[in-house]
Amino acid sequence: MNNEAEKIRSSVASAVQKFAGEPGPLLEILHAVQNELGCVPADAVPQIADALNLSRAEVHGVVSFYHHFREYAPGRYVVQLCRAEACQAMNARALEEYVRGKLRLNFGETTPDGRITLEPVYCLGNCACAPSMMVNGELHGRVTPESFGAIAKEWGVS
Amino acid sequence: MNTPVTIYVPGDASACSLGADRVALAIEAEAARAGRAVRIVRNGSRGLFWLEPLVEVATQAGRVAYGPVAAGDVPKLLAAGMLEGGTHALRLGDIQAHPYLASQQRLTGERLGIVDPASLDDYLAKGGYAGLEAALAMQPLDIVRAITESGLRGRGGAAFPTGIKWQTVHDQRAAQKYITCNADEGDSGTFSDRMLMEGDPFALIEGMTIAGIAVGATQGYIYLRVEYPHAARALARAIVIARARNHLGDNIRGSGKRFDIAVRLGAGAYICGEETSMLESLEGRRGEVRVRPPLPAIKGLFGQPTVVNNVVTLATVPIVLARGAQHYKEFGTGKSRGTIPLQLAGNVKQGGLVERAFGLTVKELVYDYGGGSASGRPVRAVQIGGPLGAYLPASEFDTPLEYEALAAKNALLGHGGVVVFDDHVNMARMARYALEFCAVESCGKCTPCRIGSTRGVELMDRIIAGRADSSRNGAQTADLALLDELCDTMFNGSLCGLGGMTPFPVRSAMKYFPEDFQRPG
Repeated sequence: MNNEAEKIRSSVASAVQKFAGEPGPLLEILHAVQNELGCVPADAVPQIADALNLSRAEVHGVVSFYHHFREYAPGRYVVQLCRAEACQAMNARALEEYVRGKLRLNFGETTPDGRITLEPVYCLGNCACAPSMMVNGELHGRVTPESFGAIAKEWGVS
Repeated sequence: MNTPVTIYVPGDASACSLGADRVALAIEAEAARAGRAVRIVRNGSRGLFWLEPLVEVATQAGRVAYGPVAAGDVPKLLAAGMLEGGTHALRLGDIQAHPYLASQQRLTGERLGIVDPASLDDYLAKGGYAGLEAALAMQPLDIVRAITESGLRGRGGAAFPTGIKWQTVHDQRAAQKYITCNADEGDSGTFSDRMLMEGDPFALIEGMTIAGIAVGATQGYIYLRVEYPHAARALARAIVIARARNHLGDNIRGSGKRFDIAVRLGAGAYICGEETSMLESLEGRRGEVRVRPPLPAIKGLFGQPTVVNNVVTLATVPIVLARGAQHYKEFGTGKSRGTIPLQLAGNVKQGGLVERAFGLTVKELVYDYGGGSASGRPVRAVQIGGPLGAYLPASEFDTPLEYEALAAKNALLGHGGVVVFDDHVNMARMARYALEFCAVESCGKCTPCRIGSTRGVELMDRIIAGRADSSRNGAQTADLALLDELCDTMFNGSLCGLGGMTPFPVRSAMKYFPEDFQRPG
């Protein structure tokens, strides 16, 4: 068994062990696996399905339903730009154009070097300090092209 | 070593998004350099976001506020004697006396920004658990009656009378009942749930516990959106403390009553804020809407009788019990009783949390509190109640923010978010966005929502392009009529509020801002 497969197997096993006793544990398990592996790989699905006595289709259906769960690991920096109304009222559309151009990414894409993933997000609850962005769980408010540029420098984007 | 000076630096997500963590670190470092002992409390936000990060220093004369503070301001602030409340350009004095706060009627949010969210003792010292104490001395049915009498309605958006929901669950016979808290605050322009969970988490815990005792439920779940990591940490911390000190668990405050809470994280699906979809998600499935009946109160989580209430609703329960239904009911107007934490956001100078008795007008909120647009340009529109709420033009700003008055305008209060737009907004684009959002977030179960939203986006693309196309006069009119018909189908034919209410922003934009849709001149 190769290294990657073993990592997935042990991650799923420990998540299942931790949550399988709880009612309705599938989302908890998926969160645990994604927190550890960065994603829920397709190879994890049969094992999770087996452990919960679900069909693979049911597990895949859940993984693919939720925007948060992903099949492939993202870049080192996951940049989530808010597209919702309060941010739009504060020029989020223009910021979005700028960010896409700066990173040369569309939503859902990762830079070829695997550093940065750009994602849309629909509200971060920071609507009085719009426009908002979250990077690896860290929230940024009143983002401007200038402040974005300063933050992006930390990721090696010039 | 001298007695430490207590300094409050909000740990609220919005304050952190403006650098509050860096400010806290800078204060620690500068104080250490000056040989001064400080104790930094990461409180919630008071909700005056243009002043965040808002630092408060506990002095002999009370708390003295400074803001907005940047990390770079800290050396000069300390040099100016901030630890003694010294004068500085950023000094605001007693923030409670600020007109923005002094004019509010904070009930649900009375401890926000004041209390240390990581301290049960602080919560107890500031009136916490008085509601549960009162409830423990009452019969469960009397607790339900008090909630009914208070007039409290669901603050998540649907505004269903909370007491009636509780009564239904109370009356069911079941081996297990549940209290579920809907903390999937997905509406753009809203953040009151987040502020409460981060700034006063014990109020939610107390409210859920009271609900459990009232209806006979021993297990609670908080369904929290994954976009709220700060709230997740605050809740996890508070639950551990509450359990360790018998405020959750098998013997709540020595009463012999049992109640416990688990936090479950959502996974980025707006639809899971719809209650039946939330229950599906809590059960570990795709968040697809359930057909009602049966109501969740009769057959809810895992098929058991279940209370589903929003964070604000549950966090309001303690004060209703502590001060009495009558006291709460005295606030408000008509069938909108009590207070509503309004959230002012978007293009506005002074965005934040404004908790008032129902009845404040849009104009008072946007101008008296908000100070007009942040850009300084004329305010053209507000959207009230999130992405499924109607847009209102300036000519409608005398409308009071309460359930019935807004319903009369084909609008809704929803979860109380008000997003301000200046005159740069293109309302046809906002209508397109409403449909696009519906397409992105539709659970796919019913056709009007799943297909209708996508067809609506295509139509809007034609309409937007058509404004510049002189050969399209007749076609433009026909497309607008078709869009209206599509809205009709979505409104009447969708299973839940996502497809059913997307027509509100679309139709209100068409009605009040026709010039953005029709061919010019």
